[in-house]
Amino acid sequence: MSSAATKAAQPTTPAQPAAGAGLPPDGGGLPPEGTGRAAADYSSYRVVAAKHPWRWVGTAAVALGVLAVAWSLATNPRWEWDVVAQWFTAQSVVNGLVETLKLTAISGILGFVLGFILALMRLSASPLLVSVSWTFSWIFRSTPLLVQLLLWYNLGYLYEKISLGIPFTDVRFFEVQTTTLISQFAAAVLGLTLNQAAYSAEIIRGGILSVDQGQLEAAAALGIPAWRRSTRIVLPQAMRAILPTAFNEIIGLVKGTSIVYVLAYSELFYTVQVIYNRTQQVLPLLLVATLWYVVITSVLSVFQYYIERHYSKGAVRNLPLTPLQKARKFFATHAVTNRKSL
Amino acid sequence: MTATLSAPATRGLVQITGVRKSFGPTEVLKGVSLTVEPGGVAVIVGPSGSGKSTLLRTINHLEKVDGGHISIDGKLVGYEVRGQKLHELREKDILKQRTEIGMVFQNFNLFPHLTALENVAEAPVVAQGRSKEEARRRGLELLDRVGLKDRADAYPRQLSGGQQQRVAIARALALDPKILLFDEPTSALDPELVNEVLDVIRELAKSGTTLIIVTHEMGFARDVADTVVFMDQGQIVEQGTPQQIFTNPQEPRTRSFFSKVLEPAFNI
Ligand SMILES: Nc1ncnc2c1ncn2[C@@H]1O[C@H](COP(=O)(O)OP(=O)(O)OP(=O)(O)O)[C@@H](O)[C@H]1O
Ligand SMILES: [Mg+2]
Repeated sequence: MSSAATKAAQPTTPAQPAAGAGLPPDGGGLPPEGTGRAAADYSSYRVVAAKHPWRWVGTAAVALGVLAVAWSLATNPRWEWDVVAQWFTAQSVVNGLVETLKLTAISGILGFVLGFILALMRLSASPLLVSVSWTFSWIFRSTPLLVQLLLWYNLGYLYEKISLGIPFTDVRFFEVQTTTLISQFAAAVLGLTLNQAAYSAEIIRGGILSVDQGQLEAAAALGIPAWRRSTRIVLPQAMRAILPTAFNEIIGLVKGTSIVYVLAYSELFYTVQVIYNRTQQVLPLLLVATLWYVVITSVLSVFQYYIERHYSKGAVRNLPLTPLQKARKFFATHAVTNRKSL
Repeated sequence: MTATLSAPATRGLVQITGVRKSFGPTEVLKGVSLTVEPGGVAVIVGPSGSGKSTLLRTINHLEKVDGGHISIDGKLVGYEVRGQKLHELREKDILKQRTEIGMVFQNFNLFPHLTALENVAEAPVVAQGRSKEEARRRGLELLDRVGLKDRADAYPRQLSGGQQQRVAIARALALDPKILLFDEPTSALDPELVNEVLDVIRELAKSGTTLIIVTHEMGFARDVADTVVFMDQGQIVEQGTPQQIFTNPQEPRTRSFFSKVLEPAFNI
């Protein structure tokens, strides 16, 4: 259909110079003296939007593919959607989900706070702080998370008691058995947080480095205090570089929490495993967990979109419309044209 | 603090005495001495790499000197005299000194995520503890003064280069500095935008603020300067009134520099 449209449009092309009476056919030479000749008037012409035939072909092909996948998902009885539906909101699954969210939130927040401190240490002028931060990242990035988790959980084997006091003296403020302090939850949070901190430190450092040095200089020349310089001038600009990767990390963490099943900690994934070991409905239950992960990730992606948009203030000349605004504009303009055509 | 326009300026005396600065093995400033009177306008010219920017940056202690000293109205920049010793000032006190010395950069260095008005109103609040309301009002006044009142809510990227530089000047003025430093304020601008910025600086030159300007705009220098300073290879080769320096330079190095820079202008 669109090729026909293209052909139909062709005859108008050679016709145009005729309509534009004063224009030379090639448009390259000097205009004729032009006395007495008015500029061509196109005001009564209708604009025909450019056609994109291949875009339509691509869209159709992809739509077909999507439809086929959806069809097979819906009609293949082995997916056992009824079982999925039955377990999706079951109390035990929801409890597991809450644990997953709790682990993600706590270790995500603590991880990024610690990561921020580590990044500042790494960028500081003190060689000691720099090397401590570097070593931290080095150790936690080079050991498997699984090993870290098991190590924290078995800390009681290495150190029977943990005490807080003044180093190299006998002063102790308190002392506890390691096993009572490090529960499954504590081991999970500790492992995930420290691991996350090591990665976030690098992300945040990268973001800070991406901000032009001139910005710091200008702020210093204006007498803006160092803390304010970081929070008001550097960080908001660094956020643009930090956010996409940070959200990658958080989304990774959501699913990464499933690794704490090794501690028999009943988060979402472990819960689902326990259930299918009992009922033997392996695939449907994995699907239950997967769907929940998809839901969480989707919600996070929406947050990401709006947070990134917030921090792109001033970085792009004009902010693009949000999907909501686009939809509103679409309906608004179409409502107008509909009214016109009525 | 009284900013009456006609009264002779009483603040903003800059004394630079024997300043030395090295980056690694290369000595960039080799004992520079210069005095700029309160309300005076000194224009520094010289070939690229002669140390003009570095000298400017030492004046507000963005660059620490290795030798010599700089004082403003008799007070040392970056140091404090106690007994027979010079104690380096703490960050907090250096920041306070800097609020008396405004600086305008070649590439503007506006904060891109803040609007024109926010750029201007930020420092008075956090560095001088003024109220937000007052800083805003004064910010609008200053933007008006540089002809940009109607663009107060625009982000820097929505402004032309000349407009950005005028915002940067308003930002520097917001702290009521005794001294304003300009490092090639127009060299990142298209020729047709240069004049709008130079006009703003010309106005400032009459206002009693001490100005120290590094520029390659010789016509402007001749116009606005009380003192023209010619620098080469980390030293001040010659200084004097524009008349002396431009039309009757004494040093061969000055003469050869101006013969290169000024010739095209005279040919027109
Ligand atoms: N941070 C630095 N580290 C090392 N060398 C530097 C540094 N800053 C400046 N220099 C050197 O110091 C010399 C003087 O530099 P400066 O920027 O003061 O020159 P300038 O007179 O402003 O030149 P231009 O007219 O090109 O801006 C140059 O040789 C430069 O390479
Ligand atoms: Mg320079």
